[in-house]
Amino acid sequence: MVKKIFAQTYLWILLLLLYSPIVIIIIYSFTEAKVLGNWTGFSTKLYTNLLHTGTHHSLMNALVNTITIALIAATASTLLGSIAAIGIFNLKARTRKAVGFVNSIPILNGDIITGISLFLLFVSLGISQGYVTVVLAHITFCTPYVVLSVLPRLKQMNPNIYEAALDLGATPMQALRKVIFPEIRPGMISGFMLALTLSIDDFAVTVFTIGNEGLETLSTYIYADARKGGLTPELRPLSAIIFIVVLALLIVLNRRAGKAKK
Amino acid sequence: MNKKFLIFLSSRKSWTLPYLIFAAIFVVIPLLLIVVYAFTDDNGHLTLANFEKFFQHPESINTFVYSIGIAIITTVACLLLGYPAAWILSNSKLNRSKTMVVLFILPMWVNILVRTLATVALFDFFSIPLGEGALIFGMVYNFIPFMIYPIYNTLQKMDHSYIEAAQDLGANPLQVFLKAVLPLSMPGIMSGIMMVFMPTISTFAIAELLTMNNIKLFGTTIQENINNSMWNYGAALSLIMLLLIAATSLFSTDDKDNTNEGGGLW
Repeated sequence: MVKKIFAQTYLWILLLLLYSPIVIIIIYSFTEAKVLGNWTGFSTKLYTNLLHTGTHHSLMNALVNTITIALIAATASTLLGSIAAIGIFNLKARTRKAVGFVNSIPILNGDIITGISLFLLFVSLGISQGYVTVVLAHITFCTPYVVLSVLPRLKQMNPNIYEAALDLGATPMQALRKVIFPEIRPGMISGFMLALTLSIDDFAVTVFTIGNEGLETLSTYIYADARKGGLTPELRPLSAIIFIVVLALLIVLNRRAGKAKK
Repeated sequence: MNKKFLIFLSSRKSWTLPYLIFAAIFVVIPLLLIVVYAFTDDNGHLTLANFEKFFQHPESINTFVYSIGIAIITTVACLLLGYPAAWILSNSKLNRSKTMVVLFILPMWVNILVRTLATVALFDFFSIPLGEGALIFGMVYNFIPFMIYPIYNTLQKMDHSYIEAAQDLGANPLQVFLKAVLPLSMPGIMSGIMMVFMPTISTFAIAELLTMNNIKLFGTTIQENINNSMWNYGAALSLIMLLLIAATSLFSTDDKDNTNEGGGLW
């Protein structure tokens, strides 16, 4: 019993430590002070500022860029990765291993290497960096994760179902759509979600591929801000809102998954 | 030859082609470009000057060694703090533990830079000086979910009858842990170490923010050189880091195979 209480306390202390910065952001989103950590009385002015996009146009622009880049990159990498996974699954063991190695390079490399290598690619090809290069870079580091989430689904699949569909007169395309696609759909969805998360949170790859024509994502905006010596106060309510929305989404998804199991 | 290619195109194998072409352009060629830039000068002539520059500057070597040290300390701290948490999580009831795991991963949804700045505010609040200690704490804080999650996964899949068998055979709790639980959870530990060590060694913005630019890590050095248009030198430094990453991943896959064998023998 004592052991159990001790174990639970340990978990809660860790969680408390993990969440304390987030709690601080949420608390200080309700005050007007310029610097995070100064309390100048309760106020919701930062929230109203944020909602009137006019006052903080650049921050809202950065947010929109972050979200559209993430959606485009996640969609493209889900398509590319799922098609690739079906191909890889049908390869012979040795070639499969080789392709798997190439696939694991961006995962192992670390952001900074991926960022610099792509930077050098765009520079030597003379491509001017901006929105398109950021999207391409994000597809590059997201696709491997999609491949890795779709492949196990294919391995779990009963291969006889596909054959059965063909025997029953389905064309390969029909069999693909009606048999294989439903089987790998959960893998595609989790791959898409993973890609979305990675893209939204990315900083290192973005900063090397975004160029210097004024395009900003949330990460580069915050970085530039922090270098100038402080955060734009409106970032506090924005982070708080994002956190609450994600929390709500996860709770809903968990509830649904729980119900589906029952 | 042509016929063979046609057969390949009509089979499902050819579905790898779009991705292979994409990966060739955006993964393989860029990596080769790092090598090309590292071994050439501004005019494109072959040279070793970039590497000579690195080995002649004690400052950059010091930064390199220091970054490795910080990454090792961070990884060990994450392991020591994260393993018990993963163990406790894997032992609680399934439904509850799932919620708890989600709770541990959730903070990663707040932008990493915002989280880091909030940590800075936290240190200010308790008037803890920003420096080495703050840097390590901040890194542990940012990367510990990556350690907990894989270890939790392996511990959860672990067959608990091994533990019971060890207990029945008279092993004390410490022996049970060292001889049964730890070896069985080795794959999770290894991928946890990879997932913490790799990003800590190459991080740059986090260190800047946590130490008010007082402590420089290797990632920052690389970024500064690229930003100052010293692409060739920056590429050489990247290549050095790439070699380190390759060495680490080789080392850990080696270990993984060994433990798999060990697990089989057991």
